[in-house]
Amino acid sequence: MAQKTMIQAITDALAAELENDSEVLVFGEDVGKNGGVFRATEGLQAKFGEDKVFDTPLAESGIGGLAFGLALTGYRPVPEIQFFGFVFEVMDEIVGQMARTRYRMGGTRQLPITIRAPFGGGVHTPELHSDNLEGLIAQSPGIRVVIPSNPYDAKGLLISAIRSNDPVVYLEHMKLYRSFREEVPDEAYEVPLDKAAVTREGTDITVVTYGAMVREAVKAADNLAKENISVEIIDLRTVAPLDVETIIKSVEKTNRVVVVQEAQKQAGVAAQVVSEISERAILSLEAPIGRVSAPDTIFPFGQAENIWLPNAKDIEDKVKEIANF
Amino acid sequence: MAKKQTAIDFKKLLKEVNADFPTFQILDKEGKIVNEAAVPDLSDDELVELMSQMVWARVLDQRSTALNRQGRLGFYAPTAGQEASQLASNFAMEKEDYLFPGYRDVPQLIQHGLPLSQAFLWSRGHVAGNLYPETLTAMPPQIIIGAQYVQAAGVALGLKKRGSKNVVFTYTGDGGSSQGDFYEGINFAGSFHGNAVFFIQNNGFAISTPREVQTAAETLAQKAAAAGIPGIQVDGMDPLAVYAVTKAAREWAAAGNGPVLIETLTYRYGPHTLSGDDPTRYRSKEMDDEWQQKDPLIRFRNYLTEKGLWSEAKEEEIIEKTKEEIKDAIAEADKAPKQKVSDFLKNMFEVQPQSIKEQIAIYEAKESK
Repeated sequence: MAQKTMIQAITDALAAELENDSEVLVFGEDVGKNGGVFRATEGLQAKFGEDKVFDTPLAESGIGGLAFGLALTGYRPVPEIQFFGFVFEVMDEIVGQMARTRYRMGGTRQLPITIRAPFGGGVHTPELHSDNLEGLIAQSPGIRVVIPSNPYDAKGLLISAIRSNDPVVYLEHMKLYRSFREEVPDEAYEVPLDKAAVTREGTDITVVTYGAMVREAVKAADNLAKENISVEIIDLRTVAPLDVETIIKSVEKTNRVVVVQEAQKQAGVAAQVVSEISERAILSLEAPIGRVSAPDTIFPFGQAENIWLPNAKDIEDKVKEIANF
Repeated sequence: MAKKQTAIDFKKLLKEVNADFPTFQILDKEGKIVNEAAVPDLSDDELVELMSQMVWARVLDQRSTALNRQGRLGFYAPTAGQEASQLASNFAMEKEDYLFPGYRDVPQLIQHGLPLSQAFLWSRGHVAGNLYPETLTAMPPQIIIGAQYVQAAGVALGLKKRGSKNVVFTYTGDGGSSQGDFYEGINFAGSFHGNAVFFIQNNGFAISTPREVQTAAETLAQKAAAAGIPGIQVDGMDPLAVYAVTKAAREWAAAGNGPVLIETLTYRYGPHTLSGDDPTRYRSKEMDDEWQQKDPLIRFRNYLTEKGLWSEAKEEEIIEKTKEEIKDAIAEADKAPKQKVSDFLKNMFEVQPQSIKEQIAIYEAKESK
């Protein structure tokens, strides 16, 4: 065990799987010698060779196609899209091709591809680096979207994603890369896909969230505890498909819920969470379902992130509103 | 006032580039050899087999069109006119080579091992048409124009990494050469020196849009230069030329030298697809007639007849055999079980998430009623 940042946990997971499975390939723009723009693949090429960890031309669709073809020849590709705002260039390969292949070929082919990509606000990036676009992929049947919120989960979920024979989009929030450390085992371990985690137990209200908003929710819950509001926090971890069971179990216990995301209100996966709760647990609800999300504008100019991104205060206010409804 | 000289002669630059991509031809439209030195090394049996495949493809096209009109087939993209381009290139493929076809490239897929009944099921829209055994190193016809190119680049790299002597073949049309994935595909394969042969079947039209509207480039083969790979334009109505060029490209790629781009100049006699396209809106009868005279079957028939390898009786025999084969395949396709939503759901993931399990149960209950 050692104290690690999320980015170190991710590097750990990649190293573990490169070691563990000779078919694993890590590639993308500047992931080789450079070790990635965030150092996520630092040292991997030196250790595993250019055959396993390599740079590609600057073309996201080409990277997607490369992963697709490599998977068909028996490899287990772990490509990187440098920033998830660049996913538009590779939407066809991800949702038009990878997500469909198992279905369209009646289960005779599988594509064990894990696409890693950083995203998320709070670090003043230039345009189209930080956008929360998980909702786009979440709406596409046939592919999982995984978003870790801490170093321990990041390592275990990435290992599970790489070992999965189904394609996974694995999104790494940039603000979480180095903002805190956590105990992370040195050896390889899996955190199950499709399973939400109860990050904090509570009795009065459930906050369902994911990514960087988990930390904000914890901050809010600490403050709310002082006001005798006991918050249960659910970290979705796999945001598509949803672990409805865990969500409903919590809502049935607390009878109140707030869904929190960094994405704009019309984007993300919050609306899906809300509708699942409405469909399955409306009789358990003592108040309307609250939502915290970003305004329906384009992702903000760097200097305006602090007035745009949802934060602990927004969560606190919404929780109070729903708790006191 | 004296005319100012342009320091750089752009006209000359362009002319020089275009001069690098002459049309490669072996058989003229009468079936006479015009390039003796390039005649590929094919045995008499192989020549007859190639002609048989081209006749088979022509019959398949005629019957598929008829079956579509009767409502016994669904989506169909006619192939008549492209037999040399499709079958002679495919003739250079090895069994374990990979094939990434476009939606018009069904004949190659069948020659590569897809049972005809499955090709018909694909046309109808039945999953059974896409159940490919591991040994069939191919993908179903690609609908997204260009996607097969970037994917082929991935296979090309995979083959290269495994030290394989096999190659991936992929096909697009003239319109497809305008796509970003077209360029990314050849550029990636070039950058990684992957084992790939890329085809542009230039039949002059992308639905109604003439080839000249796609690009100012004089040839599509010259687009290879942007990827730094060899490009060659070939008479796509000439089976010997298409075969010779493909065979050479395959050997080049299999030897680890990287990919090749081949443009075949061809024509489709029929519409773009049978889903409502009317080529008389954009093509003249004169143009059709001109290309009919270049028909690959005419010239290859003449060539083989001259050599004493082909006869009317032989051709009749192939036609009858093909018609029988098609009848049997349609009958086989008719036997496919009705598709079930619960089966679709089961094919979404290897490990089913709760949401899918839930829906399987709902649909299985519905289906058992």
